[in-house]
Amino acid sequence: MAETKKNIDERFSNFGVVSFTAQTKVNDFVDYLKDGKVMATQCGLCGTVFFPPRADCFRCMDSEMKWREVAGKGKLMCFSQLQFAPVGFENDLPYCIGVLDYAEFKVFGRIDSSIALEELSIGMEMTTEACRLENGQLSYIFKKA
Amino acid sequence: MKKTAIIGVGQSNFVRNYPGSIRELAFDGFKEAVKDAGAEAGDIDASVICSAPEYDKQRSPAAVIAEHLGLNSQPTFYVETLCSSSSTGLKMAHAMVASGLHEVVAVLGFQKMSEISSSESQERMGRGADIQWESPFGTMMPAYYAMHAQAHMDRYGTTPDDLAAVRVKASTYGQINDRAVYRKAITPDMFNDSSNKIANPVSSPLRVGDCCANADGSSCIIVANAEKAKAFSKKPIWILGLGAASASVNMSGRDLFTGLGAAGQAAGRAYAMAGVGPGQIDVAEVHDCFTIAEIMAYENLGFAEPGGGNELIRSKETYKEGSIPVNVDGGLLSKGHPIGATGGSQLRTIVLQLRGEAGEMQVKDPQIGLVHNIGGVGIYGNVTILSNQY
Ligand SMILES: [Zn+2]
Repeated sequence: MAETKKNIDERFSNFGVVSFTAQTKVNDFVDYLKDGKVMATQCGLCGTVFFPPRADCFRCMDSEMKWREVAGKGKLMCFSQLQFAPVGFENDLPYCIGVLDYAEFKVFGRIDSSIALEELSIGMEMTTEACRLENGQLSYIFKKA
Repeated sequence: MKKTAIIGVGQSNFVRNYPGSIRELAFDGFKEAVKDAGAEAGDIDASVICSAPEYDKQRSPAAVIAEHLGLNSQPTFYVETLCSSSSTGLKMAHAMVASGLHEVVAVLGFQKMSEISSSESQERMGRGADIQWESPFGTMMPAYYAMHAQAHMDRYGTTPDDLAAVRVKASTYGQINDRAVYRKAITPDMFNDSSNKIANPVSSPLRVGDCCANADGSSCIIVANAEKAKAFSKKPIWILGLGAASASVNMSGRDLFTGLGAAGQAAGRAYAMAGVGPGQIDVAEVHDCFTIAEIMAYENLGFAEPGGGNELIRSKETYKEGSIPVNVDGGLLSKGHPIGATGGSQLRTIVLQLRGEAGEMQVKDPQIGLVHNIGGVGIYGNVTILSNQY
């Protein structure tokens, strides 16, 4: 039987300030965010941790994934404060993006806007926290550890 | 593998708003390359058409362009690796000719960035990265290079003045390149004058002056086998090395932010194929979409040690008279960056240099030249090594 629109899992459209895609096999990521958790996936065979979460392991050619929480502190590898934004993000300006290094994996994301640019430095420890945005969307943000 | 050579090069003027269609824009670059080769459309066995499709309204542009250029019924197809599309096109053409499948192949790069409105362009900017995991945070191209600049400054003591020095060099040559979109002089003072637009922040630490401009433009490179090259051209420029590499789109897949891994790997592969090292390069074109990109290119290409790129620009060794002249045509920063046409424009500059036909921009007696052309934020790395010696 043809799948009706009703049955399509579009939970991923709730991720981020603006979501550009709705369907993925790692849609549970969004439910975890709702519960306050930021999750990676881990291959059930070789143990490789994937962030962003993946549904498939290219090492094992297998898709037996387990969810694993992004816990503890990461180190800020790089950052920048944007003064211009793409359509749909203008109200957030200025905002900072960056990458956190958790050794086993890295996380790309937004930095808590309450932290001044001058307070940021490469190597500083931060945590990744789930959050709900003003427009009701779900996301995660880097906070001072 | 059989030898191949470039027998004709051309490019349009790079302009803000081209007053014509994409097929007419493509004609400008093609016409110059065909005349340069002393050929006609019928001498070309196949064409490779290169652009970044997000700016194209026309679906499958290879078809309308081949038709307009008189390249029917020869085969044509389209390739895309973002900003390095026409370097990838050159690689395709080399493979097609070296394999013996074709004898003469045209690589036509184009982009009419003004084809879409600025609001459409803004919307597409948000989808320039990993749309599933990065774009939802509000990313854009300058911010990614800005993160690299921040990391380079932190690790190696590179300064905003070093970045400005790259732009000042670019403008030195942009002023003498009549194909460039930005022909005005830029001085270091302009970066320190908060009333000057050049100093306006875009994405820390990058300012307006650290970023290249959008442009409309086309380029064309004609590749031939050795027999055809000798028949058509008094000065064929031989393809010695073609190196390419790829890297993760998502920044979370990168280990290093002080350079571009794919650029270093592409360079290693190109040097190995050519059998030369960085010390033998007499003139280079590098992908300076942002000032920091040129400093990282010096290091990824081995012109400087990791962290030594800032010293290379401070000592002016990459000026025309220096030990390794880089972007003496003004680079992307002055010429403008019509995505799909950029690689072909870089190749054209090096071909003209190696023929001794670069006019006011001419470097003294170069024998080996290099082109470094990057797609996205180091997603696609392409390095090409050319020589005027068989
Ligand atoms: Zn696995």
